[in-house]
Amino acid sequence: MDETIPAPFQNMLPAKVLNRDQKLLQWISSVDHKQIGIMYLLLSLLFLVIGGGEALLMRTQLAIPNNHFLSPEAYNQIFTMHGTTMVFLVAMPAIFGFGNYMVPLMIGANDMAFPRLNAFSFWITFFGGGLLYFSFLAGGGPDAGWFNYAPLNEYNYSSRQGIDYFAIGLLLSGIGSVGGSINFIVTILNFRAKGMRLNQVPLFVWMIFVNSFLILAAFPCLNAALAMIEMDRQFHAHFFNSASGGSALLWQHLFWLFGHPEVYIAMLPSFGIFSEVFQTFSRKPIFSYAIIASSSVAIALLSFGVWVHHMFAVGLGNTVNSFFAASSMLIAIPTGIKVFSWVATMYGGSIRFSIPMMFAIAFLIQFTFGGLTGVAFAIVPIDWQLTDTYFVVAHFHYMFVGGAVFGLFAGLFYWFPKMTGRMLDEKLGKWFFWLFTIGFNTTFLIQHVLGLVGMPRRVFTYPDLPGYGTMNFISTIGAFMMGIAAIVLVIAIMKSRKNGVVAGKDPWDAVTLEWYCDPSPDRKNFDKIPLVKSRRPLWDLKHPENPDWKSKIN
Amino acid sequence: MIKMLVFTEVFFFLSLIMAYVYMVYYGDTRSTKELQALHISTTSLFTLVLLGSSLTFYIAERNYLKGNIKQLKTWLIITIILGAIFLVGQGNEYYRLINEQITLGASIFGTNFFTLTGFHGFHVFVGLILISILLTMAFLGDFKDKNSTVIQTIGIYWHFVDAVWIVVFTIVYVLPLTLNA
Repeated sequence: MDETIPAPFQNMLPAKVLNRDQKLLQWISSVDHKQIGIMYLLLSLLFLVIGGGEALLMRTQLAIPNNHFLSPEAYNQIFTMHGTTMVFLVAMPAIFGFGNYMVPLMIGANDMAFPRLNAFSFWITFFGGGLLYFSFLAGGGPDAGWFNYAPLNEYNYSSRQGIDYFAIGLLLSGIGSVGGSINFIVTILNFRAKGMRLNQVPLFVWMIFVNSFLILAAFPCLNAALAMIEMDRQFHAHFFNSASGGSALLWQHLFWLFGHPEVYIAMLPSFGIFSEVFQTFSRKPIFSYAIIASSSVAIALLSFGVWVHHMFAVGLGNTVNSFFAASSMLIAIPTGIKVFSWVATMYGGSIRFSIPMMFAIAFLIQFTFGGLTGVAFAIVPIDWQLTDTYFVVAHFHYMFVGGAVFGLFAGLFYWFPKMTGRMLDEKLGKWFFWLFTIGFNTTFLIQHVLGLVGMPRRVFTYPDLPGYGTMNFISTIGAFMMGIAAIVLVIAIMKSRKNGVVAGKDPWDAVTLEWYCDPSPDRKNFDKIPLVKSRRPLWDLKHPENPDWKSKIN
Repeated sequence: MIKMLVFTEVFFFLSLIMAYVYMVYYGDTRSTKELQALHISTTSLFTLVLLGSSLTFYIAERNYLKGNIKQLKTWLIITIILGAIFLVGQGNEYYRLINEQITLGASIFGTNFFTLTGFHGFHVFVGLILISILLTMAFLGDFKDKNSTVIQTIGIYWHFVDAVWIVVFTIVYVLPLTLNA
């Protein structure tokens, strides 16, 4: 019954087993998908701390009216770097980290298709991030916001080198993302375990698969825009200089043509993680696998047709605005379907409230809420009223943090036992969950109100208008709760890695293949795995009397 | 893999081409003078050379599949020469235009023209490096067995670069003719 796993390129790899004596050198030179995955995750954690620190600086500045904790220049740099860091150096590496570690394990492969390309992708992302932060040493960080609008990004408006570092840094890490995505697609297409059809891969793998196509189509638009801005800044070209025939608007189009798909690039893997978490912790098969899978394809396609909803205030005319308002609302359908599928997965299941599941449930509520404000935003007049206020900030933090980052945390708690062989401390984990969730909602729920009463985003301080001071102070308290939560998380990780409760092969009683191999596997993941006949190969193995492939669930 | 790379490159060139079309043909600034400075006749010649290099690469690939390594080397060399001639032609065009004060910084046309054709030329250059590696491998005897997919893979890239040039050539050189007529 067992199938020997082909070990692709095994003989080409530098080492067949991990040489753990070499320590750091071994990590730096590694082409092992698991080590690269861990390095991606550590990179993400490092930048989460840095980007979080920047957020706390901003919230400190905004805690009281007319504050002078930060200068306007410093504030501009810090909010720019906060956004850029969180999107490109926290969300993306975390996605690639989980993808790298888990995709080969979940499809029963021994490595990614191109191990060296994989290492290259990681290191170029790493150095791209380094270059971005080097800007602070070279006379000041980028200061035109994470979407870096023209003409603010032009030399005349920002003559320091921050924007150059921004452009080159993102170009490099973008190349890394494209390389990683190619790797995922080829791996998923060619290295699935015997018997596993493409419509039987775990949903996380499926999401990474769809996501990779999104990255391949979205990132080149950003890269082209970044190349153009560098042409403008370094060689006096005129792409975004309206005065000499260029178009400042072109930057917005190209950026959001990348930027909106990027939102889904950050979301889809979390959808995948939640799909795994919901079915594992509800002890039921996922409700309507096919619909969850196909609705993500719908999201991916739609995401390229909605970018102008970031530009309603530009004045492109009613026809254009109406079209993009409608297409933006359409997005709610496939995402809504997913939410219903997850709820239906929980319905009638015997739910275990482990930490990944707690994150998943909090996600459902927050994500639905953020989705509703999103649909409201698609209505053009509402957008006109609220654009560039704290309402926007609150909305997209509910999606990015309440949606995507909660997924990454759920994934961390879910897969930590597989990565380290030990459980991530349950008690500290609960502290972390509650501190973070309460802190998050304290910070951002009230910002909706701040936005409705008209507080603009990206301004370093505000006058002492009625309610402004109190609401901002509450928001700041929430932000510091999240900061404390992050410290708890780091302590929990450090403590559990060495002294956590030893987890077996399969601590959650899960159903997918990654739980079939040893915890923290060596260079080679599998020697043999069972022939895959259904979407839940491990269930089939554990319940030979009632396997999926005999029932209709398959 | 290479198909995925081509997929992502398509979007990169689409962005540049959209910028070109939008600014040169629809922008407020008319680029009539610059468009007239383009020499379609010589560039057509170099376009044929580049297209010819696709053909020669195809012949090289066929010879590899037949096991004819000597022919493979010959046709790869011809491909490299043709690609290099194209780059020389592009350099020549650049030199002429810059002498006519049409530069990257001089006007919106220059900005778009040099960026678009420059990125394409860079891709041709990378292609030449790749084919040179193939040639070296051929001389080292790496293609004695018939199971290698390297040539086929590089071929997809090379044909893609040529296809991009057909689009770029049409938009940059041919389209102004129809607009002025």
